[in-house]
Amino acid sequence: MTNSIRVNGQQIAPGEGELSMNLLDYLRESLDLTGAKNGCGIGVCGACTVLIDGKAVRACRQTVASVLGRDIVTIEGLSAPDEPLHPVQQAFVDRGAIQCGFCTPGMVLTAVAFLARTPQPTRPEIRRALNANLCRCTGYQQIVDAIEQAAKNLPLAKK
Amino acid sequence: MPLGAISEFQRANFWMDREWAIGPLAVGGSLMTRRIEKDDVSDTAAPNDDKAFRNDARAKVTGRAKYSDDIKRHGMVHAAPVYADEVHADLLAIDTAAARAMPGVLAVLTAEDARRIGGRSTFSYLFCDHRMLVGVGDRIRCHGDVIALVVARTREQAIDAARMVTCQTRPLEPILDVEEALKNPRGFVHEDHRFEGAPSNVVNHYKVRRGDARAELSRCDFVLDQTFRTQLHEHAYLEPESALCVPRPDGVMEVVGSMQHPFSTRRFVAAMLGCPLADVEVRSIPMGGGFGGKDDTAAIVCARAALAARILNRPVRLTYAREWSMRESYKRHPYVLRYRMGVRGDRVHAVEVEIIADAGAYCSSTPWVTWRSTVQCCGPYEVPHVHADVFGVYTNNPFTGAFRGFGSPQVNFAVEQLMDMAAARVGLSPVEFRRRNMVRQGSETITGQKLEGHTVSLDQALDAVTRAIGFDEKFARCSHGVASDGGDELFGVGLAISSRGMSLGAEGADFNSAILNMNFDGSILLETAIHENGQGAESAFILIAARELGCDPTRVRYRQPSTANIPDGGTTVASRGTLMGGGATVIAARKLRQKLARTLCHKLECRPDEVRFFGDRIWGPADARSLTWEEAGEIAYWRQEPPHAFGVFHGPKVSWNESTGQGEAYFTWVYGCQAVALTVNRKTGRVRLLDMVAAHEVGRAVNPPMLRGQIFGGMVQGVGFGLCEAMKCEGGRLKSLNLDTYKLPRAADLPEMTALFIENADPTSPSGAKGIGEPALELMSPAIANAIFHATGVRLCESPATPDKLRGRLIDAADMRTSDEARGRSGELSAAPTDSGKGER
Repeated sequence: MTNSIRVNGQQIAPGEGELSMNLLDYLRESLDLTGAKNGCGIGVCGACTVLIDGKAVRACRQTVASVLGRDIVTIEGLSAPDEPLHPVQQAFVDRGAIQCGFCTPGMVLTAVAFLARTPQPTRPEIRRALNANLCRCTGYQQIVDAIEQAAKNLPLAKK
Repeated sequence: MPLGAISEFQRANFWMDREWAIGPLAVGGSLMTRRIEKDDVSDTAAPNDDKAFRNDARAKVTGRAKYSDDIKRHGMVHAAPVYADEVHADLLAIDTAAARAMPGVLAVLTAEDARRIGGRSTFSYLFCDHRMLVGVGDRIRCHGDVIALVVARTREQAIDAARMVTCQTRPLEPILDVEEALKNPRGFVHEDHRFEGAPSNVVNHYKVRRGDARAELSRCDFVLDQTFRTQLHEHAYLEPESALCVPRPDGVMEVVGSMQHPFSTRRFVAAMLGCPLADVEVRSIPMGGGFGGKDDTAAIVCARAALAARILNRPVRLTYAREWSMRESYKRHPYVLRYRMGVRGDRVHAVEVEIIADAGAYCSSTPWVTWRSTVQCCGPYEVPHVHADVFGVYTNNPFTGAFRGFGSPQVNFAVEQLMDMAAARVGLSPVEFRRRNMVRQGSETITGQKLEGHTVSLDQALDAVTRAIGFDEKFARCSHGVASDGGDELFGVGLAISSRGMSLGAEGADFNSAILNMNFDGSILLETAIHENGQGAESAFILIAARELGCDPTRVRYRQPSTANIPDGGTTVASRGTLMGGGATVIAARKLRQKLARTLCHKLECRPDEVRFFGDRIWGPADARSLTWEEAGEIAYWRQEPPHAFGVFHGPKVSWNESTGQGEAYFTWVYGCQAVALTVNRKTGRVRLLDMVAAHEVGRAVNPPMLRGQIFGGMVQGVGFGLCEAMKCEGGRLKSLNLDTYKLPRAADLPEMTALFIENADPTSPSGAKGIGEPALELMSPAIANAIFHATGVRLCESPATPDKLRGRLIDAADMRTSDEARGRSGELSAAPTDSGKGER
């Protein structure tokens, strides 16, 4: 399938006119998935981060055409409304890692992708992984705490 | 038993028969289960060190929280601003024809359109000087000025068409040098502005006259004469400004937006539309950070969207690109601070200081910001002789206003470096010299205010931080320009302390209100006139209300307030949210308890004053009888005594004498200390942060994990101010318009941090709690500057300490350093090269 994308488990065929849109605008305006945020529009703040085939990618730097055939997970797709939170989400809630919340969806998805490839990270590794995402409220300390906690809880959740 | 089945007889008798046992209704009550939505709160209700309490955490972590730009309305269209590439120019004409002909364009609006509907496009809350739209015949006064607004069916169409708007201007020489604008003006930014009766660029001038500083300086052992400069500083809230305005059929303009002061926004919108405040309703929604920066600019964005919505009679969204936000929004005032600090023995004896704040093109909150600088211009120290002059001055630079810290980070940057310089000169450690000079219980501030009625806990904060970071041990091994291992990494440790007046002080009317509305099922709605900026205000108020009512926090839902439902209680600034909104919440809760006690005492077979509230129940004396909140809600309804309470907290009296700068400036104060250990690479000038510790007086910690979050966030914004956030402005034009060139601290730039609380419940605060937002930001930049000095021997009196700047100074220092001096510095404090008139190297 090269004329469609998978978004949060659903196969979607973008319209002809939507192929040139940037992915962030497409997700927000066409699909009403507003969890990914526009903080800078140039790919330096990370607020628009989504998972593409499991990798954390800045949606504002992709066109819709460039992600055809790929599997996209946005923050809305990480846990269903009636299900328990994903362990990374739960850790953000528990550890006080959320203030204004504008960076939170991008931070959570960056953490999910990072923990998938680094299941037992050190704190410096977590900090380096977060370097692509800006947060102006928290000073990152409790976000690092949350990801450290999530790393401990993830294997339990998978069992 | 369904409530509808209750007979008229029962209903009538229920509240008449005081002996009615808890009968049928109570059964109904106990069957009703309280619905706790998963989205409401984190899984544990009460906060503890392991689990935070936040009412909005689940919505935010799942991406379901709706910010301004996430909301759509039927028929909604989009707006974009038009800038003229001028810094200072007369606006002669605007040509909108080409833009109007662009696809999708519905209107191109100018100041003339506001005038046509009876509104005005010039407004602000202190001086009415801000051009929300610069009109033809008026003047462009800064590069962020907006001359028109394009409205189109899509945002892209609006942006495309905005490029087609052209204007004719007559450029004027920009007034950019703040000192020249003050002392030797070549022109006036606002020609109609008068100061002391004459045309002037002076926005305001505050003084402190205490003792006779000028005479006493000559009687000091030594005088440190040093000028400091601080930079433009961008708030960089992660969410750029956004507004959605909907003209309602009832004639009300409904506004949601990314702004931190709904009531101020209402005033700006009402001015633009020329309508009463009652015809504008501003509703609070989640906001992506503010830090003081989402008052005027954000309100103006709302006002422009409202103008378009009124004229087109349809919903209009105006969401800012980061570039527009940085170009147009106000920043932290750059300061020039000239200090002469005289020391006699081991005491700071006299201070003479002149402070000049660059207000940019518009007044904004400049008088308030600089007033705080005035009151706090000698830091947390007892100084018998003070002569201070503080000016806010118009220029054609980007305008400046409120930014977390609000005039204190700049003065602390100067004072806390002077204290280290003086300590070295006296031969005391930075800690000991501070101890001998800092305010204590009963001390008098430089404005003549006796510090009493609350706990002056500066010594506790200083002790906690120096212990936690191991200051003495670290201070003993500072490099002072020469690494002990002969390498390139120079080690240093530094600290800073402060006292801070809480809330507005003599800046303005200081009160806030809260509404508690208990429902039939025992659930409770709470709202206050404080805005949730992301700091966790709503969660703090829920916890304060629950504590006061003895109920489970999950029983309380925070209702996001609207300007149409709660009185204007001032802005959510000045670290006053928890103090003022929490105070109002406590007062409302006490009233609610009194009401409920009167309603329920018969059921509990006691007097109203014997009714008690704890353990999520309502109790009679001796804990014999109790009611659930569900039962209480029903009883109150059928007795026709609705449990609704309105509480107002008034800040205690403050005073200020304009001519002497003396008075009870603030009704209470907080105290704090922060320290940092770092290394500086002597070749590259790069600073690596190793450890950061903070201790802050908070009165009472309401929500410890979120309180720590405030401290960490503030420390890191202080790191930005002190180290990396250099906002260059050349010719009135900002050189950074996005976050690629404006460098915010990132996670890997930062060390692990420690946040400590000093808790002395404050008798002036009904909840016992004070505030933390601003104290957390005001200390790290001088602490870093001091640590850099102790590492390198280089004193940077200009913030921020970027590698470029430091590298240059390190090369100079290396050239000048003699081996003797280096030995002296590392061995004896008294050899510190701080000198009158010369400063340090």
